[in-house]
Amino acid sequence: MTQLPAQTDKKLGLVIDLDTCVGCHACVVSCKGWNTENYGAALSDQNAYGKDPSGTFLNRVHSYEVQPDQGAAQTIHFPKSCLHCEDAPCVTVCPTGASYKRVEDGIVLVNESDCIGCGLCAWACPYGARELDQAEGVMKKCTLCVDRIYNENLPKEDRQPACVRTCPAGARHFGDLGDENSDVSILVKTRGGFDLMPEQGTKPVNKYLPPRPKDEQIDILAPLLEPVAAEPTGFLGWLDKTLEKL
Amino acid sequence: MNQPVIDLSPKVSDEVRKTTCYMCACRCGINVHMKEGKVAYIEGNKDHPVNQGVLCAKGSAGIMQHNAPSRLKAPMKRVGPRGSGEFEEITWEEAYDIAVGILEPVRRDNPEKLAFFTGRDQSQSFTSLWAQGFGTPNYAAHGGFCSVNMAAAGIYTMGGAFWEFGQPDWDRTKMVMIFGVAEDHDSNPIKMGLGKVKARGAKVYGVNPIRSGYNAVADEWVGITPGTDGLFILSLVHELFKAGKLDLHYLAQWTNAPVLVNGDEKSEDFGLLMRDKDNKLLVIDRATSKPAAFDKKGVKPDLAGSQRVKGVTHRSVFQHMAEKYLDPQYAPEAVAAKTGISAERIKRIAAELADVAFNQAIEVKQSWTDFRGETHDKFVGRPVSFHAMRGISAHANGFQTCRALHMLQIILGTVETPGGMRFKPPYPKPPEAHPKPHCKVTPGQALDGPHLGFTHGPDDLALKEDGSPARIDKAFTWENPMSSHGMMHMVISNAHAGVPYKIDTLFMYMANMSWNSSMNTRGVIDMLTDKDENGDYVIPNIIYSDAYSSEMVSYADLILPDTTYLERHDCISLLDRPICEADAVADAIRWPVVEPDRDVKGFQSALCDLGARLGLPGFVNEDGSQKYQDYANYITNHIRRPGVGPLAGFRGNGDEHGRGESNPAQLDRYIENGGFWMEHVPEDAAFFKPWNMNYQDWAVKKSFFDKPMPYLFNLYVEPMRKFQLAAEGHGTRQPPDHLRERIKATMDPLPIWYANEDENKADEFPVTALTQRPMAMYHSWGSQNAWLRQIHGHNPLYVPTKIWEENNFSEGDWAKVTSPHGEITVPVAHQAALNENTIWTWNAIGKRKGAWALEEDAPETTKGFLLNHLIHELLPPKGDGLRWSNSDPITGQAAWFDLKVRVARADAPADMQTQPNIPAQTSPVGTGPKNLTWKLNK
Amino acid sequence: MHPAPSIIFFTVFSGLGFGMLAFMGLGKPDVSGFTAFIFFFIAYALAVGGLISSTFHLGNPQRALKAFSQWKTSWLSREGCLAVATLLVMGLYAIGIIFFNTRIGLLGLLGAILAFCTVIGTSMIYGQIKTVPRWHHWTTPLIYIGYAMTGGALMTGQLRIATAGLVTIGALQVVAWIIGDKRFAEEGSTIETATGLGTIGKVRMFEAPHSSKNYLMKEMVHVIGRKHARNLRIIGVLLVSLIPWALLMFFPFNHFMALLAVLAHVAGALTTRWLFFAEAEHTVGLYYGQR
Ligand SMILES: Nc1nc2c(c(=O)[nH]1)N[C@H]1C(S)=C(S)[C@@H](COP(=O)(O)OP(=O)(O)OC[C@H]3O[C@@H](n4cnc5c(=O)[nH]c(N)nc54)[C@H](O)[C@@H]3O)O[C@H]1N2
Ligand SMILES: Nc1nc2c(c(=O)[nH]1)N[C@H]1C(S)=C(S)[C@@H](COP(=O)(O)OP(=O)(O)OC[C@H]3O[C@@H](n4cnc5c(=O)[nH]c(N)nc54)[C@H](O)[C@@H]3O)O[C@H]1N2
Ligand code: SF4
Ligand code: SF4
Ligand code: SF4
Ligand code: SF4
Ligand code: SF4
Ligand SMILES: [Mo]
Repeated sequence: MTQLPAQTDKKLGLVIDLDTCVGCHACVVSCKGWNTENYGAALSDQNAYGKDPSGTFLNRVHSYEVQPDQGAAQTIHFPKSCLHCEDAPCVTVCPTGASYKRVEDGIVLVNESDCIGCGLCAWACPYGARELDQAEGVMKKCTLCVDRIYNENLPKEDRQPACVRTCPAGARHFGDLGDENSDVSILVKTRGGFDLMPEQGTKPVNKYLPPRPKDEQIDILAPLLEPVAAEPTGFLGWLDKTLEKL
Repeated sequence: MNQPVIDLSPKVSDEVRKTTCYMCACRCGINVHMKEGKVAYIEGNKDHPVNQGVLCAKGSAGIMQHNAPSRLKAPMKRVGPRGSGEFEEITWEEAYDIAVGILEPVRRDNPEKLAFFTGRDQSQSFTSLWAQGFGTPNYAAHGGFCSVNMAAAGIYTMGGAFWEFGQPDWDRTKMVMIFGVAEDHDSNPIKMGLGKVKARGAKVYGVNPIRSGYNAVADEWVGITPGTDGLFILSLVHELFKAGKLDLHYLAQWTNAPVLVNGDEKSEDFGLLMRDKDNKLLVIDRATSKPAAFDKKGVKPDLAGSQRVKGVTHRSVFQHMAEKYLDPQYAPEAVAAKTGISAERIKRIAAELADVAFNQAIEVKQSWTDFRGETHDKFVGRPVSFHAMRGISAHANGFQTCRALHMLQIILGTVETPGGMRFKPPYPKPPEAHPKPHCKVTPGQALDGPHLGFTHGPDDLALKEDGSPARIDKAFTWENPMSSHGMMHMVISNAHAGVPYKIDTLFMYMANMSWNSSMNTRGVIDMLTDKDENGDYVIPNIIYSDAYSSEMVSYADLILPDTTYLERHDCISLLDRPICEADAVADAIRWPVVEPDRDVKGFQSALCDLGARLGLPGFVNEDGSQKYQDYANYITNHIRRPGVGPLAGFRGNGDEHGRGESNPAQLDRYIENGGFWMEHVPEDAAFFKPWNMNYQDWAVKKSFFDKPMPYLFNLYVEPMRKFQLAAEGHGTRQPPDHLRERIKATMDPLPIWYANEDENKADEFPVTALTQRPMAMYHSWGSQNAWLRQIHGHNPLYVPTKIWEENNFSEGDWAKVTSPHGEITVPVAHQAALNENTIWTWNAIGKRKGAWALEEDAPETTKGFLLNHLIHELLPPKGDGLRWSNSDPITGQAAWFDLKVRVARADAPADMQTQPNIPAQTSPVGTGPKNLTWKLNK
Repeated sequence: MHPAPSIIFFTVFSGLGFGMLAFMGLGKPDVSGFTAFIFFFIAYALAVGGLISSTFHLGNPQRALKAFSQWKTSWLSREGCLAVATLLVMGLYAIGIIFFNTRIGLLGLLGAILAFCTVIGTSMIYGQIKTVPRWHHWTTPLIYIGYAMTGGALMTGQLRIATAGLVTIGALQVVAWIIGDKRFAEEGSTIETATGLGTIGKVRMFEAPHSSKNYLMKEMVHVIGRKHARNLRIIGVLLVSLIPWALLMFFPFNHFMALLAVLAHVAGALTTRWLFFAEAEHTVGLYYGQR
């Protein structure tokens, strides 16, 4: 199954708004919670209460500082999970066929019962979106919550990825990026959504919305602050006049 | 292609139980998915007023908290020395016997020798009832060291502050300015609100020395110098006054700006507000130019009003304000250097505030009637809103700074208007509607009233006949006359010093007072373990309730183990800190979605038992039998005022809300309803609530108060002036001489700013050291959570570029941080988006070895650290022979963020561990398992 | 990349083994009977041992058979198939030589080609990894082939080829390092492209998403000191190339000298292979501010 489908019916994915993400890690933990109980093996934790605790997560939030040429440095919180690439190198390297890209919706999944845990797909992914579960020895990755988005046991409005449902700031959007009229596609268009490492040629489906320009120095409002009186003592005169008009 | 066939519709769970989160005080609604009777997955409740389905990292990690290996298993009695952590498990009967054995004689002879203090729990209306029944004046929760400045400044100024009191009108605001917030209690709602504002492309300002979290998404970051916000705000006020960009109509109608101030310097009432015979505030009516009661129908209060009587001019509050704030000391040019914000920028921000408030005003068409009887056809909105928290309140000038911020909101006319700041029912409430503090002790009997409240002058202070403090924490004394939440951070040091008196028993609940919630952690540890010349502990008995093996557990003699939040009943009550939203009144419960598998008991239920055994009024029936079998029983049956109980929903036969008889099936109805009750505010009551009779009448119906109580916003806080008058020598209750000048200087009835630099020795220690809440951690207790501790397992000290370069720091380096009080050695990291004279770290990540069921080499103990070692509950000696409290002189709020330090590069400690490195405590629960593979139904 | 011993052993020893097999398939050395058995035994031990070692780092080695299924797309799968095919073909070939004293030349040739291809397969497991620019380059297959063939020649006593090979791989290795050092920059991925934030300004990591190391960091973010690497490079190239070459060139040939040369070469190969992994930078490091 390591051949990529020539094309997929839909391109389901996430759009992540870097202008809005406050870096709260809510998406990280709700993803951990859902995927521990659902698709495939539990996401295990090693040294859970000891030195060097480390476990499997499918979504992580980094924080960066960006120094523009002028003005203050900016802090940007940066969530990252699998981007469900169209040309997913993680799939084609897989020797067992465990990794595959779904024809229906383009979701990249690992069929854990076929996975030998060779780790090659994690090497092939430029983004660090795959983690080998240390307890189960199988490759774990974001499933785009494939077991939620179509799940008939969930109310309709809950058929979205756990991370999207939980994001308090509304910084995560889910939809069909193959449909140019979908909400997510429109968002990408209007806000100038971009790809991560386009030079890697992976054609990620997930898109990122850039932070809006910050610390802009607009100074057209100065006239608003014209003093009402030259001297502080003139203030009462102005006040009286103005109150008269009220 | 042949793809594997996968189950796209797996069964999610066997059952969903809806209750309330407790991973922090935000109180979001949660759906707990159960499999095989066990907790499988937790998500947000979409119907819930607080979180509307979203859930933060801590909330989602609740399952790891509920199953944490650090959970206490049974009551315990100390067998080793205090601090060792050596305990023996006992039965509840034995535990009660021990507690009664200690407490009964105390209550009989000297009830004040019990100090009962609780942490951030929200059952204060219950725990205070217990303490009142016991008869001790020494009760408070953690508010005094948390953010009383914000709460008290809000209540005194306008009848409510932020979080549980109010919020920006996120749906309509066009500009939000956030001061000093990292995360706050209103954690999810703030994020949801910011998300809405961002989605609209409206502007967010973040005023904070540190650019992270909310300040990272802010469109503009104002990296202010810590402790100078008051100055910055008053400079904005200066600019707005100068340009006349003020909502004069709003000020005249709804605030005490037009009220006359007694200008007779010789009078006992100098500086107090003028009143008529009926004790109504006096304004000058612009229509008649005569004095008139502020609320007379048709009165047009004159902001420029003044009255000349017998050669003395009494001027309006507004005239005093104009005079004060037009003073050049508040000019942007004059404050730029101190605040670290350029004069141009201050002016630009002032202009932007004015532009949005006045040029971009909005309207909501709706008829409503004000308290003067005038009818309006719309609500006019000034869509500028603010939010603020501990960044401005946890300073010794915090009360006045918070007041200044509220004043700024009011002069822009944004409070309670569309797009501005909106109160959440049952707020707003005038300060007079809150109780006053009570402290009259009668051995063997209940206290004369509630402990905490709002003082309105020297008469309300909690002083004994001889003028000495009635309370162990010295709250409501001349040192901090308006300490509405008590002063938990002073309890242990005062008890240890025996000043104002010695106590017998320290009874604490849910506060890690030997660690992250104490100032001077090492010193507090010594106080808790100190012995007198007879070899007895200086603080004789310590009883403590915790649910987990925290640092504090090891310092107690008797442990009452609590359940986890999924195993007990709780109520989040309108009598306490409700979960309301601006558009809805709501309260909620917790209920045991799983039964405890250990010999533990909800602390409130334990108090019901203990209260009955001690025969406390309110906890026994007339025949002396136990009144409430457990907390659930109390929640259902307790009656506070006629028709009013802990829960407002589903009263009477189940369809009465707000008021009604108690309903035996009430909790079931809450459970059926998703764990909460909510009712929307009627549309004509949605805004201008303090003055809107539609709201006032609805509020009475819903039980918030018993009769309408419209009031004016207090730009001028008269009670402060009363304390000043006393300091000036008026009245019978007089402050000690050494406090007179301070009271005169700080208790200005109009907001002022004063520096905290000198008393913190800023000349020798030029850098401010701060902490911030990590969004994915809750104080100390997040570290026992296997998921969260992978995100924040240790904390570096973040250092700005200037200090980084001065010290030639590079990654992996260590620094020695010295304050007037102590020294720590910790790892450093670089942050560019940081005020250049500020360093900071995440709060409460550092742990004592042996606590929380962590292994002793856990990074929390080896690389994590507390800043608390550098902070003292007293200020450095000034040479006057006195040690002044490190608190706001008005409210007693702990001044955590006034901490001044020096930073210097240091060699890595030999053991590569942060210093000080406090020796391990024995874990009464062992350590957690090595690996976790969590899955039910496998 | 994390220099996992199992992978280093795998690539070095299976390379040696298949290198030997390639020579033997071509009838070098032309031995038979027990001597042939010894040669084949060594070659198989190296090749199979290497392959087995590679399974040590698998999470689920019991499913290893599945790895033969995706030869159409996956180099790892191809390598596996080629290795098995080589071992089978050469097995038949060896049986002929050892037991029947018959050398089926065509079979040997086929086996040699397969062995050669197996080595290419191994190299392409790494060479295909675009995320590691140092590997994603023609030097990778050349190095692997060079090492395998030189080692094979050495082991099978093909002195002329071995001496030439030793010099060649020494030079090749140096060239690969020189080129390799520039590869990451050449491919153009930076923390700015990784985050897409370069349009705003210079990007640096402020806070990692987790405070202790996770799988990604342990597996793919391996930082090695510059000085340490330089020393190892010198030692590596001395051992893998110059010392064995000198031993063969300047000392009278005997078995002891040959053994020394082989040992030096293998030690060198292990060293340079360790560096092959340890110095390889993966793009994921960018997200952690590494580079
Ligand atoms: N996730 C999480 N949520 C929590 C908690 C938690 O532990 N974890 N704790 C809860 C509790 S008890 C509380 S009290 C609240 C507190 O919530 P916050 O008020 O957000 O408190 P802090 O995290 O202390 O953040 C204080 C902020 O003020 C800034 N600051 C410090 N000094 C100044 C100053 O002089 N001026 C300005 N403008 N800013 C300043 C700091 O940089 C920091 O960003 O959070 C509650 N919510
Ligand atoms: N340096 C510095 N120090 C600070 C602050 C700061 O900003 N900087 N902030 C201060 C502020 S605002 C606050 S509010 C304090 C908070 O400090 P604390 O109130 O000490 O908060 P926690 O660390 O959460 O500890 C509360 C205790 O409650 C226990 N607990 C948790 N759940 C339960 C339960 O269900 N039942 C019972 N019985 N116990 C439970 C925990 O195990 C823990 O021992 O810290 C203060 N300390
Ligand atoms: S992000 Fe990585 S794991 Fe996901 S499809 Fe792309 S290459 Fe594969
Ligand atoms: S780890 Fe599993 S999914 Fe990844 S390449 Fe190997 S077999 Fe395929
Ligand atoms: S879509 Fe699902 S699996 Fe992917 S990051 Fe979000 S929660 Fe995790
Ligand atoms: S939940 Fe939303 S705001 Fe929080 S880190 Fe994830 S994307 Fe950012
Ligand atoms: S903010 Fe988070 S931890 Fe606090 S109550 Fe809500 S979900 Fe729970
Ligand atoms: Mo707090």
